[in-house]
Amino acid sequence: MARVLINIPREIRAGETIAIRTLIQHAMESGYRPGADGNVVPRDILRRFTARFDDEVVFAAEFSPAIAANPFLSFTMNVVAGGTLTLRWEGDNGFDQTETRRITVA
Amino acid sequence: MKRLALLALCCLPAAAQELRSGFEDMARETQALQREDATNPAMLWVQEGEALWSSPAGANAQSCASCHGAAETSMRGVAARYPAWDEASAAPTDLAGRIAQCRTERQGAPPLERESPGLLALSAYVGLQSRGVAISPPADPRLAPAMSQGAALYAERRGQLDLSCAQCHDDNAGRRLAGSTIPQAHPTGYPLYRLEWQGLGSLQRRLRGCMTGVRAEPFRYGAPEYIAIEAFLMGRATGMAMETPAVRP
Amino acid sequence: MTTPRRLLLVAAPALLLAPAIAHATPDAMAAALREFTGGAEVRRGRVAMDISPLVENGNTVPLSVIVDSPMTEDDHVRAIAIFNERNPQPHVITAHYSARSGQALLATHIRLATSQNLLAVAALSGGTFWSDSAQVVVTLAACLEG
Ligand code: HEC
Ligand code: HEC
Repeated sequence: MARVLINIPREIRAGETIAIRTLIQHAMESGYRPGADGNVVPRDILRRFTARFDDEVVFAAEFSPAIAANPFLSFTMNVVAGGTLTLRWEGDNGFDQTETRRITVA
Repeated sequence: MKRLALLALCCLPAAAQELRSGFEDMARETQALQREDATNPAMLWVQEGEALWSSPAGANAQSCASCHGAAETSMRGVAARYPAWDEASAAPTDLAGRIAQCRTERQGAPPLERESPGLLALSAYVGLQSRGVAISPPADPRLAPAMSQGAALYAERRGQLDLSCAQCHDDNAGRRLAGSTIPQAHPTGYPLYRLEWQGLGSLQRRLRGCMTGVRAEPFRYGAPEYIAIEAFLMGRATGMAMETPAVRP
Repeated sequence: MTTPRRLLLVAAPALLLAPAIAHATPDAMAAALREFTGGAEVRRGRVAMDISPLVENGNTVPLSVIVDSPMTEDDHVRAIAIFNERNPQPHVITAHYSARSGQALLATHIRLATSQNLLAVAALSGGTFWSDSAQVVVTLAACLEG
């Protein structure tokens, strides 16, 4: 399991648009970098990020190798009521990781 | 006499200048990465270290927390006073060395190599507990020989380029070298996330980079020479605030 | 004593060993853009891209984009895509939005192999495309040391 940091505002009012910030540990090996032996290191990157709130996709992104190692991503979402935020990262070599966070509104 | 002269040579310019963290020389955008934990990739290693701190390992299934309790209190300020004297080996040791020793000798767990993800993670987590604490090397006379060995190594010319640390970091600090500003070489932020490494690395890895940069043969990780340079750099940075885990270009 | 000037001249090449890498071209970027827009006209405006004009290390470059949009069911940003001229590939990232996004905002860290132009394009629900561009100078290029 890759380490993940998910930053969600502590207090959320109903109807508010909040910013969510995420970091995930991943080398994002570009597939263009020569290794110690001089051969190009094969590509191994995250390809797709999906954020769902309950069952609705609120944000998604497709990455190319130009996304930096240990990808950082911030996006916003309008919160009408409490629910479950599900974040999923998918990538090369079968990488697939899902994290969930409860979101409550004041 | 010779040693004294070397000490004077290397320490005077630094003392004459105001102490300035490498943080100050970074672009505003890189500073912002460090300032905000939510954008600082080093926090991923801190999180790993926090998990390791409380995971049982070794024959007695003890965790670091079993003996040390909450790191927020027990480890506060610890990183700011290393390298310190190690009774067991009757030699100075740095923080990573102390952690590795605690892990094998006291926890009885498999060893963590220098620059291994686990040791970097634990060092970052323990180091974070000293963020903002002023560097204050121990007033232990047994450390004096290492401090002066470090001073001598810092002043010594080396490598095919025949340059000393002092020539860059004292005489030319603040000037540009290729793309980067030469910092005063303060050890305030380690282990830190270097954009060039795209990962976390120790102070020894940074020193290794500076040595290969002048085409000198680097010491092996954990070598007494590195500990001596670390002790000298911490002494030179006395009073500066710890920044672990920092970000550098 | 080595003079500062000489010192810097000697030391620079040792600290900076940049292998030559293949890179995209303005043509490749135009092709990637066409794939995103389906050939529709792209107008300047409504999109604001924030990236430092002078980057000290191309490995991790903070970038953010915000699009001026009410983000309602009827009028919102569907997607934002970032393109570059001179990385090995012209595409950087494509992000997808709905009215639920509340704001059309994207913030990430990207890699830049060298100094170049960047283009941010927003696809609106009404079928129009808007853009902003930025010229970035990179002092240390991406992907060197292992
Ligand atoms: C079996 C108990 C035990 C375990 C398990 C243990 N330690 Fe320790 N640790 C000690 C003792 C005892 C000392 C010495 C305290 C002293 O000298 O003040 C110490 C000292 C330290 C110090 C130096 C503190 C200082 O003030 O200089 C650090 C850092 C440290 N341990 C980190 C760790 C870490 C990280 C782990 C887990 C990998 C760990 N320890 C596991 C017992 C333990
Ligand atoms: C040729 C000039 C040069 C020499 C010689 C040199 N360094 Fe450096 N050093 C640099 C540069 C340039 C940087 C900053 C690199 C960067 O930010 O990309 C640096 C960075 C550092 C840092 C990191 C400071 C921080 O803010 O994290 C330390 C510590 C350091 N050097 C120590 C040393 C030591 C000890 C020696 C001698 C063994 C040495 N350097 C030799 C040029 C040099």
